[in-house]
Amino acid sequence: MEPQSLAFRERAAAALQDPHLATALRRLESGWQRGRARAAAALPEFEALRDAAVAIKDHVLENLDLYLEIFERRFTATGGVLHWARDAAEARAIALRICREAGARTVTKSKSMVAEEIGLNAFLEANGLTVVETDLGEYIVQLAGEVPSHLVGPAVHMTRERIAELFARHHGGPLKRDSAELVAEARRVLRRRYLEADVGITGANFLVAETGSIVTVTNEGNAELTQGLPRVHLCIASLEKVVPTVEDAFTLLRLLARSATGQEFSAYTTFLTGPRRRSERDGPEAMHLILLDNGRSAMVGGPFREMLRCIRCGACMNHCPVYLAAGGHAYGWVYVGPMGSVLTPQFAGIERTWTLPTASTFCGRCQEVCPVRIPLPKLMRLWREEAHRRRLPPPVARYGLAAWAFLAERPALYRFVTRLAVAGLGLLGRRHGRFSRLPLAGGWTVSRDLPAPSGTTFRALWKARARSRS
Amino acid sequence: MPDQPRVALFVTCLVDLFRPSVGLAAVELLEAAGCRVELPEPQICCGQPAFNSGDRQTTENLARQFIPALEPYDYVVAPSGSCAGILRTHLGELFDSDPDWKMRATALAARCHELVSFLVDVRGMRTVPGRLTARVTYHDSCSGLRELGVKAQPRRLLAAVSGLELVEMARSETCCGFGGTFCVKYPEISTRMVDDKLADARATGAELLLAGDLGCLLNMAGRLARKGERMAVRHVAEVLAGRLEDPPIAAVREAG
Ligand code: SF4
Repeated sequence: MEPQSLAFRERAAAALQDPHLATALRRLESGWQRGRARAAAALPEFEALRDAAVAIKDHVLENLDLYLEIFERRFTATGGVLHWARDAAEARAIALRICREAGARTVTKSKSMVAEEIGLNAFLEANGLTVVETDLGEYIVQLAGEVPSHLVGPAVHMTRERIAELFARHHGGPLKRDSAELVAEARRVLRRRYLEADVGITGANFLVAETGSIVTVTNEGNAELTQGLPRVHLCIASLEKVVPTVEDAFTLLRLLARSATGQEFSAYTTFLTGPRRRSERDGPEAMHLILLDNGRSAMVGGPFREMLRCIRCGACMNHCPVYLAAGGHAYGWVYVGPMGSVLTPQFAGIERTWTLPTASTFCGRCQEVCPVRIPLPKLMRLWREEAHRRRLPPPVARYGLAAWAFLAERPALYRFVTRLAVAGLGLLGRRHGRFSRLPLAGGWTVSRDLPAPSGTTFRALWKARARSRS
Repeated sequence: MPDQPRVALFVTCLVDLFRPSVGLAAVELLEAAGCRVELPEPQICCGQPAFNSGDRQTTENLARQFIPALEPYDYVVAPSGSCAGILRTHLGELFDSDPDWKMRATALAARCHELVSFLVDVRGMRTVPGRLTARVTYHDSCSGLRELGVKAQPRRLLAAVSGLELVEMARSETCCGFGGTFCVKYPEISTRMVDDKLADARATGAELLLAGDLGCLLNMAGRLARKGERMAVRHVAEVLAGRLEDPPIAAVREAG
């Protein structure tokens, strides 16, 4: 997917006009945001758990090669086949080969952000396969011909009314208003497809080195059906998903659902260890895992390493006032919200995405709620530095900053100029106390008045005060 | 520490230019807390606009300018959470390729404080000169709140203002949409954010909206003025010091 991130402002401005979106996003705030607060308050060791999670992730990143090696050995021993993919193109090619070798026509797929990252659906479809999303949100987004707008809830941008219309259009039948009816309808349609599929594609929330297991987490149980019913299970995961032990996975799992939706635990958590064994009655005949790097191993040694702690819980976006106003699609690529503003430049290049890290007030709410304490504002600032070095922001912004810097670095001149300016503006603004328009202040005055300065600087008052005291 | 610490007031560029009464209020409060206050020069700006625009060079140039001026003092105090946040949390992150300056910056950073938290946490202030009979609400500006832990201190001192009733707004910790240059780069989003903030403030029925950061205050007052709404806006220091001669932000001096 070509990033549309440079148009962030325009896309956000358009999104702000959409009342459906505003309703949908408000629900996110009252639902998952409150849910997290309640869940965190109810668990006395929540903060300690966060510290433990940071320690686990940091330890893995320091020893990534070691744990990947152990994982590979154990995973292979369970009968799984591991494929290393350096980049998106390699991962796509491997996935297609596996589907072809399985003689697949239809594949089912549960939610995977890595699959989105590499543009897997479009690629498989261009190669003649039918891809059916089985996560309800992903299925809705797929029917609508859209992309996910949220890490955890791909269709959070849609209201129930829109979903009902969409279903009526695609499934036929009368318009359903009730959520339960809509879910039942999707389930009916999807059940058929599970049985038709030759390959089931899933992502992974964690890979456990100790046991060679793949861990998936869903609320719908669709990952289990996706991996268990077809003959071949293909999992796609990125390198940093590996954790040392089952216990570590549980530490992270206890944080994941609480941070994401406020649940104590997701409805379905499954540890998959190898394909079907001879003694077993169900499960796939073959299990493949594509381990994707796509720049991550390079990140480990760089300034964005902390970003690799991310467990994709979505808390940063659920709490981001910019995301909650603009919605996920404004970000113009797969990863959205604060974590997207750090990751998207990494994957799509800062030239095509430099706006994203600027779309933050640095309010710090994301960092405050991030279960693995990723310093998202700091990382966004690092991207701003990179963008500044490459002179990516438009000349107006750069020259404005340069002009201000020129003055600020010359205190005597600064004092002289500002005293005059403040006196002038103070005089002009005396009648109304504010300006509704002012040259060079258009970004401010489109929607706000500019409060007028009082006419004297503090410095001048301070000097007068000192004189009167001596 | 001497009985009467020497405090450098870091007045901040916005207070200097837009709202000098906040500076005077800060001086009075610091003096009431037993400090000797000075205004060392040169000090223009903490460098926040440059720092947040990714321009480290300019940030470091400005820091090289004010660090020597501020170093001789026991404390540096700024009437702004975001400027104090730069001084206290970020100054030491600068000068990665200049160990001497890094050391000076780090040493100074530890002595920098936001005004209200300094008064309460460092000086133990419990009573204030201000009196005001009004129903007020308080917005937690982001940097002060999350970088410096400014939350209980302003409430504690506001409770000491006789006549004042503080009504908490919903989501007082949600950003008002200012964000420095953010508000001019993304005016549409910023406007939505400030409108949400003002709706929460209005719902309290307060006649006066307070915060500890002039950037946020200009943003909220500017939006209220544009919409023709009557809620008054002031810096919390003005109320604590009882320095209310100037009209509220963006309002007009009463005739006569
Ligand atoms: S950055 Fe943190 S809060 Fe955001 S999705 Fe990742 S783990 Fe969750």
